[in-house]
Amino acid sequence: MSAKMTKEPSGQGRHAVDAPPAAANAVHPVDPRLLVRQQGFKGYLTESLRKLRSGELGSLPVVLGLAIIWAIFQIKDSAFLSAENLSNLSINIVGTGLIAVGIVFVLLLGEIDLSVGSVSGLSAAIFAVLNVNQGMPEWQAVLVAIGSGALIGVVQGFFFAKVGVPAFVVTLAGLLAWNGLMLQVLGSSGTINIDDSGFVAKLTSYYFTDVGAAYGLAAAAVLLYFLTAFSDNRRRARAAIPSRPTSEIVLRTVGLAVPTFLAAYVLNQYKGLPLALLIFLAVIVLLEFVLRRTPYGRKIFALGGSVEAASRSGINVARVRISVFAISGGMAAIGGLFIASQIAAANQSAGGGNLLMNAIAAAVIGGTSLFGGRGSTWSALLGSLVIGSISSGMALLGVAAAVNFMITGAVLLAAAVIDSISRRTQKVSGRA
Amino acid sequence: MSATPVLALRGISKRFGAVQALTDVELEIHAGEVVALVGDNGAGKSTLVKVIAGVGPADDGVIEWEGRPVQVARPHDAQHLGVATVYQDLALCDNLDVVGNLFLGREIRRFGVLDEVEMERRSRELLNTLSIRIPSVRIPIASLSGGQRQTVAIARSLLGEPKVVILDEPTAALGVEQTAQVLDLVERLRERGLGVILISHNMADVKAVADRVGVLRLGRNNGFFDVRSTSQEEIIAAITGATDNAVTRRRARSPEASK
Ligand SMILES: Nc1ncnc2c1ncn2[C@@H]1O[C@H](COP(=O)(O)OP(=O)(O)OP(=O)(O)O)[C@@H](O)[C@H]1O
Ligand SMILES: [Mg+2]
Repeated sequence: MSAKMTKEPSGQGRHAVDAPPAAANAVHPVDPRLLVRQQGFKGYLTESLRKLRSGELGSLPVVLGLAIIWAIFQIKDSAFLSAENLSNLSINIVGTGLIAVGIVFVLLLGEIDLSVGSVSGLSAAIFAVLNVNQGMPEWQAVLVAIGSGALIGVVQGFFFAKVGVPAFVVTLAGLLAWNGLMLQVLGSSGTINIDDSGFVAKLTSYYFTDVGAAYGLAAAAVLLYFLTAFSDNRRRARAAIPSRPTSEIVLRTVGLAVPTFLAAYVLNQYKGLPLALLIFLAVIVLLEFVLRRTPYGRKIFALGGSVEAASRSGINVARVRISVFAISGGMAAIGGLFIASQIAAANQSAGGGNLLMNAIAAAVIGGTSLFGGRGSTWSALLGSLVIGSISSGMALLGVAAAVNFMITGAVLLAAAVIDSISRRTQKVSGRA
Repeated sequence: MSATPVLALRGISKRFGAVQALTDVELEIHAGEVVALVGDNGAGKSTLVKVIAGVGPADDGVIEWEGRPVQVARPHDAQHLGVATVYQDLALCDNLDVVGNLFLGREIRRFGVLDEVEMERRSRELLNTLSIRIPSVRIPIASLSGGQRQTVAIARSLLGEPKVVILDEPTAALGVEQTAQVLDLVERLRERGLGVILISHNMADVKAVADRVGVLRLGRNNGFFDVRSTSQEEIIAAITGATDNAVTRRRARSPEASK
């Protein structure tokens, strides 16, 4: 612990535990010396600055990094920020991004899942074999594929949570085993083309061409944000606990509205709102809600903070761990279907290459901590945007994949360094 | 004081590999009674706490709750009975804020969703009634001082309206003022009719608030004493296992220090 003083300012004397507060200004249990937030907008600014200084960087580094990357590529090639390229980028990131969402959950526990690449490939293979070769209805094949991913997660989670094998070993074994199973499932043909007109093929090729779709979604998102923040604030005010000034809520809403409507505008310049992007955003919002607002999500964060504290407070540690690996496996399977959708096939190389690395890198670059207990599903979007932008820009400039790999590797290291340093700063300023 | 103890331990034994941490330990706590549990480092106090709290169940022996034998195999069982525990190592989640820690494992829900507003309101209310002062209920536990963490851990134990509260060295990390507050708190719990088990190495604290003192020595009971009719020397003798011990020898060398 830090050597912060625990003694009260002198002259208050000893008083009974149930004695009424000594002074009128002691109505709230707030130490007079610390963090008493000024009311109003100025308070918001000073509070934000203080957080930044103490290492709570949030998504600031990744947003800055993204801006720099985009600026560089735009200077090199003016096609980079074209509506077409950005629209394609928004679809290309979805497969990796969905896998990264699952990785975020695992990272929150302070663990890692190395099997997600193989699981995504296996899921695509299962879907293709069932749907194309066996003639199973598409939606059933999709459910079986996703279910297999989740089941694999349960199995891996069992070995980790119940047997006590370190997660990285279990999932390393999985990386190999599920890849083998995929080759087995695909059989001798090696590649199975999926139905071009089917639902899975549409996942990454369908656009809501009506301009109202993109704008409508943007408007709905902004409105939803404003209303929840506003009503939340009203409840806080009614319960007589500190609430945000309305100016802060308005500012945050505007801060959300600008990029959202800009994105909608750009997407409408090309073919409209891509279905893939809509699904990606929906998954992020839903799972972020689960993490922040449900008792289940609170358990995940608690486990990332202290397993001992979590289990003593009655949390079933093994069950939460297994369920998180199931989510990771399930998300990997869903991501695999999107990747298969893009190439309209399931093949032997699916789930290989740098997919696993990119998915983990996306989560970390986006700001989810490698040390557990800190993170958000939004980091999957931000991180996969960074990685996707780099490879898209490199492709545009005609740079070899070798350079792409090296740059992505450097970005991942930079993100991990920021994570580690911000954790240390937080320790120094007593926040971690 | 009622005749049946709220909580009684009968013949509790517990081993860790080669270490016999507890052997045939007996303990009774009545409602409205503060029992101090003392003993040297490694005597088995914390181990006994973990047995009662369901964190490290006993190998042998019976736990009776209000006269009936009960199973305490998991933390949940103990919480369900009405036993609240503040562990020596606190066990708080550094990444969660004060509210999150206070309500960990018993979050208030509203339509199945965490009700942060209500939890924050109750947290402030609780910390207020306990006169606990911390910078903000919305900062991560990691940014609190040792004493502040201690008070949060104690507040946390009181949320579930327990009947028995176990405090494992609650004042060890505290300053003068906070120690006094914790002792006041213990007395207040007794007035409310709760049973309190207070573990402490500080004889002054023990003499100040406890009704009875139970001594553990090398994992065994080594006597129960009524605080009012027992001298500090007798208790220390029971702790160290001899009337001639390091403490008495030291006192003999400097008689004025013992007053
Ligand atoms: N998890 C464990 N594994 C092995 N041995 C243990 C474990 N926990 C406690 N022990 C042993 O059991 C004995 C009692 O330990 P315990 O922590 O209960 O002591 P204590 O009375 O609380 O001491 P202190 O005053 O230092 O807190 C010690 O010999 C200790 O080494
Ligand atoms: Mg102890």
